[in-house]
Amino acid sequence: MRRGGETMRAAAGTGLRAEALPAGLAALAFLALPYAFTGGASGLGLALSGYWSLALAALCLLGAALAGMLRPAQGPVRAVLAGLGLGALFAVGFAEGLPVPPWGLGAALLAAALILLLARGCAAAGAFKADPWVATVTVTILALVLLFVFFPVARVLLGAFVDPAGRPDFALFLRRISAPDIWSAGCLLGTRECGVVLNTIWLGILTGILSTALGLAFALLATRGGIRHARLFDALSILPIITPPFVIALALIILFGRTGIVTSALDGCFGIGRSRWIYGLPGVLISQVLSQTPLSYLILRGAIRGIAPALEEAAQILGASRLRLFRTVTWPLLRPAVAAAFLLAFVESLSDFGNPLVLGGSFEVLSTKIFFAVAGAQHDPGRAAVLALILLALTLAAFWLQTVWLGRASYVTVTGKGDAGMPASLPSPVRALALGAVLPWLLLTVAVYGIIAAGGFVQDIGRGDMTLTWAHFHTGFEIEWRGQGLFLAGSAWDSFLVTLAVSAIAAPLTAAVGLLTAYVLARHDFAGRRIFEFLTLLSFAIPGTVIGVAYILAFNVPPIEITGTGLILILCFVFRNMPVGVRAGIAALAQIDRSLDEASTTLGARTGTTVRRVILPLLKPAIISTLVYSFVNAMTAVSAIVFLVTARFNMATAYIVNRVEAGEYPLAIAYSTLLILFMLAVVLLIQRVVGERKPGRLAAAPAGAPVTAR
Amino acid sequence: MRSILSSAALAALTLAGLAGQPVQAQGELVVYCTVQEEWCRPMMQAFERATGIKVAMTRKSSGETFAQIKAEAANPRGDVWWGGTGDPHLQAAEEGLTLEYRSPRLADLQPWAVRQAEQSKFRTVGIYAGALGYSYNTQQLARRNLPEPKCWADLTRPEYRDEIQVADPNSSGTAYTKVATLVQLLGEDKAFAFLREMHRNVNQYTKSGAAPARAAATGESLIGITFLHDAVTQAVAGAPVKIVSPCEGTGYEIGSMSIIKGAKNLENAKKFYDWALTPEAQAIGAQAKAYQVPSNRNAPVPEQAPKLSEIKLIDYDFAKYGSSAERTRLLARWDAEIRNAPKR
Repeated sequence: MRRGGETMRAAAGTGLRAEALPAGLAALAFLALPYAFTGGASGLGLALSGYWSLALAALCLLGAALAGMLRPAQGPVRAVLAGLGLGALFAVGFAEGLPVPPWGLGAALLAAALILLLARGCAAAGAFKADPWVATVTVTILALVLLFVFFPVARVLLGAFVDPAGRPDFALFLRRISAPDIWSAGCLLGTRECGVVLNTIWLGILTGILSTALGLAFALLATRGGIRHARLFDALSILPIITPPFVIALALIILFGRTGIVTSALDGCFGIGRSRWIYGLPGVLISQVLSQTPLSYLILRGAIRGIAPALEEAAQILGASRLRLFRTVTWPLLRPAVAAAFLLAFVESLSDFGNPLVLGGSFEVLSTKIFFAVAGAQHDPGRAAVLALILLALTLAAFWLQTVWLGRASYVTVTGKGDAGMPASLPSPVRALALGAVLPWLLLTVAVYGIIAAGGFVQDIGRGDMTLTWAHFHTGFEIEWRGQGLFLAGSAWDSFLVTLAVSAIAAPLTAAVGLLTAYVLARHDFAGRRIFEFLTLLSFAIPGTVIGVAYILAFNVPPIEITGTGLILILCFVFRNMPVGVRAGIAALAQIDRSLDEASTTLGARTGTTVRRVILPLLKPAIISTLVYSFVNAMTAVSAIVFLVTARFNMATAYIVNRVEAGEYPLAIAYSTLLILFMLAVVLLIQRVVGERKPGRLAAAPAGAPVTAR
Repeated sequence: MRSILSSAALAALTLAGLAGQPVQAQGELVVYCTVQEEWCRPMMQAFERATGIKVAMTRKSSGETFAQIKAEAANPRGDVWWGGTGDPHLQAAEEGLTLEYRSPRLADLQPWAVRQAEQSKFRTVGIYAGALGYSYNTQQLARRNLPEPKCWADLTRPEYRDEIQVADPNSSGTAYTKVATLVQLLGEDKAFAFLREMHRNVNQYTKSGAAPARAAATGESLIGITFLHDAVTQAVAGAPVKIVSPCEGTGYEIGSMSIIKGAKNLENAKKFYDWALTPEAQAIGAQAKAYQVPSNRNAPVPEQAPKLSEIKLIDYDFAKYGSSAERTRLLARWDAEIRNAPKR
């Protein structure tokens, strides 16, 4: 982003109004709003009753705001004042040795104002290329990520270095991390079972390769394959991501378990013996590929649609065969998306908890091992922290590999130039290969969902009792008419409504935070950008169980005391799913030429306007996938929220886990069916509301059709 | 700039509104319930009816609840922890996470419940007991013409190769009780030799303690080692299973209850504690299809419950085998010698 020095300075010092708003909000918060979550005195009241650090924070805030209005060029002074104010705000209570008041609305607004002033101060001091918009976004997100990702995670990971009594013990750490059940490679030598790390990596790579390949096959067929009912295809392949955890695993057991439907049929017809092959690596792999493929499909479909047909047309005009065109033009342009899909599948496989739990058998992976180190008979959080560190390292290694693989090639295909044209259709060998991969997979998907659809309506599908019944829906979702009105009597209503509210609030927040971060990362260069990127991706690499425990440890005590509220669930989801928005945004932005931004800037638009008017409309596919993913993930996440749900804020998945634990598969399946239908409706709604990116291109021509100009 | 600010402020306001107050600010008693939901709910409803105290109940597994209570220790959220196997309750007592309380009802309890309370220095109390054993699928057994198992020793017979399912003691208190029972029954080295032999017949170490009962009920596994009441639940639901209490004798669990240290509603917690030990409260289990033996001597024993008097129970040392040092040692040995032992 290049810009004249004068515009920069002008933007940095827009003066009075920009500073007046945070200052005004802060004044209102300090004077009139209760400082603490529990209500009570305002900030002023507390400051007068002995909390002098709060008075200091207020003074710093005032100073920073005044300096911003009167001496806008004094960037460093403004930043230092605001930073001091933030420090003082966090020290409230600790500094005085008084009880720490839990932050409420007043405190939150003070903190927000200080963060804004800090950001503007930094920009005025020349940081972030002196762009106040970028500074505001970056500093705000950084503050949130530090508070809601880094702080809790660091807190729980430090547990790896202390003994059960809390004393630092490095020798114990070394013993824990070198345990043979972690690193053993015995299975390669055929002697013993493999250690948990090798198992996890192996599973992740297999899941990554298979789901990316299948996702690519689907995406190619849907966009270029001349499939008549591609819409249907879309709906079917979206099913697995909107399926609550455990259900796919349960359906696989019902199909392929030792007394499963398919197993029994094979045994009866062909005398193929019954076995338990599904329990272990094969079962976990199948269920993970079933749930990951659609995500890969979404990523790759977006990428294929983003490829400018002009490039392909050029290749065609130059006489390239369809196969050669695919190999030398289409495929290379798809590489970042393929890498992103593989990476996501690999990382999701690493952190998947539900499938290994139900289908793992004696096959252990890190996520389940961590869970049982915390909640199993061992009760050893230190061991869990060590295992979590290893999992974190694996995930980070995956991200590093991705950057190495992608190198620095340019993948820009959406430019400001007119690029109407006809995308090439698939070469027939590729099409045949894709169909061959996709059809059996579709059959499996249909079978799995057949089981799920039927399972809720019959007595006990697991035991082969197929008497039709409404009993399961009745238990969960009964509605009674009582005197004054409808009464939701079913036992699942509470968890359903809470889940709905939490997910609906979390999804747009996740998309906003994630995509803003992506924009800043992809389009602006500033000191500390790599560290910023690392921090934003951190939460994705941490297993859910660890996040859950970390949130309790960090947010059960003031100043930020939010356990037992719905807020902690929302925050947990926003910051846990944010990396998906970041990745989707970066991948999409990598395809959009910077000259579009620059054109907007040259025409006099500020950064914020450019984002709103130019970037956002082009990011629609990324917005959709982030909204869909974060909504769906909030509705289906398990391991992170097990520790965060309470009597009042229970979640659907926690309810389903309880049903599975009690062996009540039918009720679990019935609830899941309802969730699936509901999420399907929401996904379609999101697509309808956000709409699609329409870069003025034509649909793919069916193979062999004459190219007609329009 | 301004639009960002105002939308941020709006978002903050919305969030703050939605956050609501923590439950315990208004609720009058927060119970962490660690038996099955079907039992938790009527229990809490009955208490609300009996006392008018409003209960906020959260159901989780006992391992999760222990981890949560430990994580919340600096600012406890719960008042009473009701149900679940005794070991984590004893460990919580050992770590000082729970409160000493002598209920006036102690005199009405079975001797095993009183002894466990004494061993924990009255930081926990038994509310029910369930013996360990196994169940097998009668249809599968008949179909394959296999002999009926009757004892622990039968489980090492080669006929049952790949036919036994039991939980992993690292994740499940049930399976840990099995290891501790065998150690007390046979002596430690012989017990581990037995476990190694049985390992060849184990098709899967499940994560959840009760899962093998379900596997035996559906025929996924021929034999499942669990607490007997879990198998009874399957049998009552109509599964073709036979329940075996091993001929050599067997151990048992004491489902327990503790008051969390720092409980915000201590008076109500004590009321709940006393009430939960009454015969009326303990009769709710059977109605909820939980077939454990209640700890109050005057509470009716559900007729389907395995009769403790007909089972050869060992004198299970809860103090020793519930301590974290002994557990860590036994689990480490199990990990080293059994878990990855070759099957052939």
